Amino acid sequence: MRHLVHYPLVALLASFLACRSAAAAPVQELVVFEAASLKDVFAKLARRFERDNPGAKVVANAAGSQELRAQIEHGASADVMASADRKQMDALAAQGLVAAPSVFTCNEPVVVVRAGLASVIRALGDLPRAERIVIGAPEVPIGAYTVQILRNGAAKHGADFPARVQAKVASRELNVRQVLAKVALGEADAGVVYRTDAIAAGGKVTIVTIPPELNVVAEYPIAVLEAAPHRELARRWIDLVKSPAGAAPLREAGFAACPRR
Amino acid sequence: MSAGTPPRERRNGLAAIAWPAALGLLSGLLLLLVLLPVAGLLFTSSPGRLLRGLADPLVGPAVRLTVATTVASVVVIVACGTPLAWVLARRRHRLWRVLETVIELPVVLPPAVAGVALLLAFGRRGLLGPTLGALGIGLPFSTAAVVLAQSFVAAPFYVQAAIAAFRRLDADLVLVARTLGASWPRVFFTVALPLSWPALAGGAALSWARALGEFGATLMFAGNLGGRTQTLPLAIYTALESDLQTAQSLSIILVVVAFALLVAIRAGVRR
Repeated sequence: MRHLVHYPLVALLASFLACRSAAAAPVQELVVFEAASLKDVFAKLARRFERDNPGAKVVANAAGSQELRAQIEHGASADVMASADRKQMDALAAQGLVAAPSVFTCNEPVVVVRAGLASVIRALGDLPRAERIVIGAPEVPIGAYTVQILRNGAAKHGADFPARVQAKVASRELNVRQVLAKVALGEADAGVVYRTDAIAAGGKVTIVTIPPELNVVAEYPIAVLEAAPHRELARRWIDLVKSPAGAAPLREAGFAACPRR
Repeated sequence: MSAGTPPRERRNGLAAIAWPAALGLLSGLLLLLVLLPVAGLLFTSSPGRLLRGLADPLVGPAVRLTVATTVASVVVIVACGTPLAWVLARRRHRLWRVLETVIELPVVLPPAVAGVALLLAFGRRGLLGPTLGALGIGLPFSTAAVVLAQSFVAAPFYVQAAIAAFRRLDADLVLVARTLGASWPRVFFTVALPLSWPALAGGAALSWARALGEFGATLMFAGNLGGRTQTLPLAIYTALESDLQTAQSLSIILVVVAFALLVAIRAGVRR
């Protein structure tokens, strides 16, 4: 409570400092490469970061983690990389392009059900009751996770569970948003997407949580680039993302703390 | 007459150099822009890696489906587009002109938007959804949806070419045929079609090429399921997510097949 009282004061001070240093020092652009699912949360954090760090301006490049990785490999200049997938970050680290990645948040797949079917599909095990299911292609991360979840589901719902679900699959989409769009439009009865996407869809779909013992977790790593023009700012950005102030907007968007292993 | 070249001739001398130079430079630039990426696609891969890419299980069904659906789309477009173009070419009223413009819209629509539009028309909750549902027809996620998406985006190219061809017909020829007692169908089949056929074939080839490359509308309206709705462009994008080599092999097939068919059509038209 006491912290809140001081916020306006801090903001006022910060804006004074901002005015002063804007005149004195040139603007430093912190270039953040971020997985598309982080776009809204990072935009919120950027406003706060610019307030706390006068003279800094956050420039975001949101895209699929694979694309971001390819851009960095082809020499794109950036300060921070935040990936939705450990695979892409590990590949960058192996090439010496990023320094010491660390996981800062997690996202879990959920089942989404189209309007009007919420009473029919109430759990993962009800998926075969759908007429048309849309999932991610096994080549994209959400599709690979879905295959894993179905395999895990066999333990509880019978060995033929993956086959019974796959028999209802009408399309294997190339990204999460396309899976979501088809369920939100009512063309597909159910799909598997990340919780953050499901929340972004508002009330157009019903979210069915997958039991944690059957689910998988998508870990989001973040790192400073080895060739970052603004290392110190980049480190401060990562500190903010990992701080309680960063956790709040992440939680609102549907991200969760990673389970301990 | 003084010595030296007369001004007119000198100007011709300059034009004799500048004109071909300008032609060469400008057309060379455009050629390079098109040729270099194709060359990049072809020459950055080794035959061995290419063959391994071709062995990918995505390839066979995607090639078969692409040939079948694009041929079906061109048949639909020519069968329905020719009469439409004939009607549009011969009407002068403003309403018909509006219709002519409407037919062109799919060219400017971003393909994904075209896909959403198709869903909103033929999908479960689309305008025709309840009617189709009552008849037991489900279009989205079917091979028929692929053909619809391709026809939607590719039809304008044929229809525009056909309208232009029918407008170029000598009005006197049609008039003479009519005064000699030929019926409208006879005029259409024995005068209009034979005279317009090269332009029609060119338009059909362009439509076919567009259908071959169709991606966005298909992905949105028909989805991406191997053997049922996964055409070559979709297979290429799917492969791109995991393996650039397979994607490149598939792209080369697409380029080679398209090139061969376009050359064949050109040759057929000339004969």
